Amino acid sequence: MAIEAVNLKVNYGNKEILRNINLHIPDKEIVTIIGPNGSGKSTLIKALSRCLKVTEGTVNLYGKNINNISTKKIAQKMAILPQVKNISADITVENLVSYGRYPHLRIGKRLNMEDKDIISWAIEKTGLVDLRDRHVATLSGGERQRAWIAMALAQKPKILLLDEPTTYLDVSYQLEVLELVKELNKSLNLTVVMVLHDLNQAARYSDNIFVLNEGEIFEWGNPENIIRSTLLKDIFRIESHIYRDEINDCPYFIPYKVI
Amino acid sequence: MSGYIKEKEYKKILILIVFVLLFITSFFISVGYGAVKITYEEIIKAIFFEIDTVNYQIIWNVRLPRTIVAALVGIGLSLSGAILQGVMRNPLASPKIIGVSSGGGLVALIILIIFPQYYYLVPVGAFIGAFLTTLFIYSLAWKEGVLPTRLVLAGVAVSSLLGAGTNSLLTFFPDRVSGVLGFMVGGLSATTWRDVRMILPYVLAGIILLSFLSGKLNILMLGDEVATGLGVNVEVTRFIFIIISSLLAGSAVSVVGLLGFVGLIVPHMTRLFIGSDYRYLFPGTIFFGAAIVVICDTVARLLFAPIEIPVGIIMSAMGAPFFLYLLRNKEGLK
Ligand SMILES: Nc1ncnc2c1ncn2[C@@H]1O[C@H](COP(=O)(O)OP(=O)(O)O)[C@@H](O)[C@H]1O
Ligand SMILES: [Mg+2]
Repeated sequence: MAIEAVNLKVNYGNKEILRNINLHIPDKEIVTIIGPNGSGKSTLIKALSRCLKVTEGTVNLYGKNINNISTKKIAQKMAILPQVKNISADITVENLVSYGRYPHLRIGKRLNMEDKDIISWAIEKTGLVDLRDRHVATLSGGERQRAWIAMALAQKPKILLLDEPTTYLDVSYQLEVLELVKELNKSLNLTVVMVLHDLNQAARYSDNIFVLNEGEIFEWGNPENIIRSTLLKDIFRIESHIYRDEINDCPYFIPYKVI
Repeated sequence: MSGYIKEKEYKKILILIVFVLLFITSFFISVGYGAVKITYEEIIKAIFFEIDTVNYQIIWNVRLPRTIVAALVGIGLSLSGAILQGVMRNPLASPKIIGVSSGGGLVALIILIIFPQYYYLVPVGAFIGAFLTTLFIYSLAWKEGVLPTRLVLAGVAVSSLLGAGTNSLLTFFPDRVSGVLGFMVGGLSATTWRDVRMILPYVLAGIILLSFLSGKLNILMLGDEVATGLGVNVEVTRFIFIIISSLLAGSAVSVVGLLGFVGLIVPHMTRLFIGSDYRYLFPGTIFFGAAIVVICDTVARLLFAPIEIPVGIIMSAMGAPFFLYLLRNKEGLK
């Protein structure tokens, strides 16, 4: 089991944001978290990635309580791309990707040959070879997201956590990013946990889906189990027709009415 | 692939070399020029071979300590500002934000105005006042961790509170205002080797620590969550950086008074020249910051010689237009 959350509860101040969260994320799978705005998806990602202290419960990384592993050791196993990122105007793609080696460096040490090879590998893997000297701030949305993913790859993680990697991107860039994620999952056996807004994309790219509603896991399972008209009605307040995408072998739906 | 240095990196190294040369030049000009003009031959002789002449006395007891203090103050304030702008991810951050000026200033004024007989305690008092104010602001901003925005707000609030204390002191003791004006605007007159000893340890320690921590600051710039994801303990790191910058700026303020402007604009100017990568920004800030204060102090001494203007006034008068010029002309390159 790559990640396991046991009876998680997360508060912001006195406000309870997440409760009774129990989830298992198997190794090498793509797991997607979906749910309405404000249901606690980002909070869950932050709790799983130690960016946020949990109020109760535990998060285990490969069977070990995350509080008992040094933050650097965690970073060698798990990479995170949060929604809010910050980058100076003059940071190049290669600069950014090189930061991914940070958890593997000893303090004050410079990048060695192996680090540089890994940086080049991550840049190639994300298709950014021609853009490696460009400033990240000048890239298109899709390229920029790929540059961040390249940084995460340079960490050589086993697990990648992504919070809404496709939000604000044009549909072609959305596909570009998700195809890349899928490819990395297949070729590197990377475990992926991500938050997506588009339910059809979640159905197409995920092995398992967790549905979050008002801070609790409402339902989880494979895409067939989640893309059901009752669930869509209960959680997302829509009436919809459900079809099957034979080419990609996954369900999809078309909503026709808000209730 | 690896092993070769990119063109951009060469440019940055070149700019660093220019900064170093600028600093060395300004250092010698500062030691050479003053009410008495001394040739470079004599300077070298005085520094390296002990010859007891009048010029030797001037160089050793007046010009050298003053120039060294100017350089150290420039380094301390600029580095402090460079760190804070990164830690807070806020371009307007400066040592003022963490209460160095308001805290150090208030303690210094209390001593100078109410207990003038203890004037010699001003450096130590200002230093401690600055540091305690930083800790106070930090603890006010603490709430399951410290967010940069809360820190900035707490800093502004505490500073204006202490500023009120400063202003009431000035109002209640109008007859003693002239005695503290020098401290308020920041000046380097009558600096001695004792001042060098006061500030040197902090600047040296700061430089050594930062040479290990520049990579960490680059990572912190990416945002708290990204930094956590890369294995940085954000809270601890931020605290360490804030302590370092408080000590750096506090030791500078304790010696020269409230020379606030340096810590705000020198890091900016350096960034415009050399970029925001702290592996270059730190060394750049060190030499450029030292050079700027030494140059401004030289101008302050020479402009209306033998009357001296406080260096703080020259800093603002020369620094601000130069900064605006850079901002307008360099921004287009990015
Ligand atoms: N820093 C915060 N302080 C207090 N409440 C917060 C904070 N961040 C998020 N929340 C609240 O927690 C709930 C869940 O937020 P979030 O996890 O961002 O939802 P989602 O990502 O599913 O849209 C929301 O009600 C939001 O208002
Ligand atoms: Mg969110």
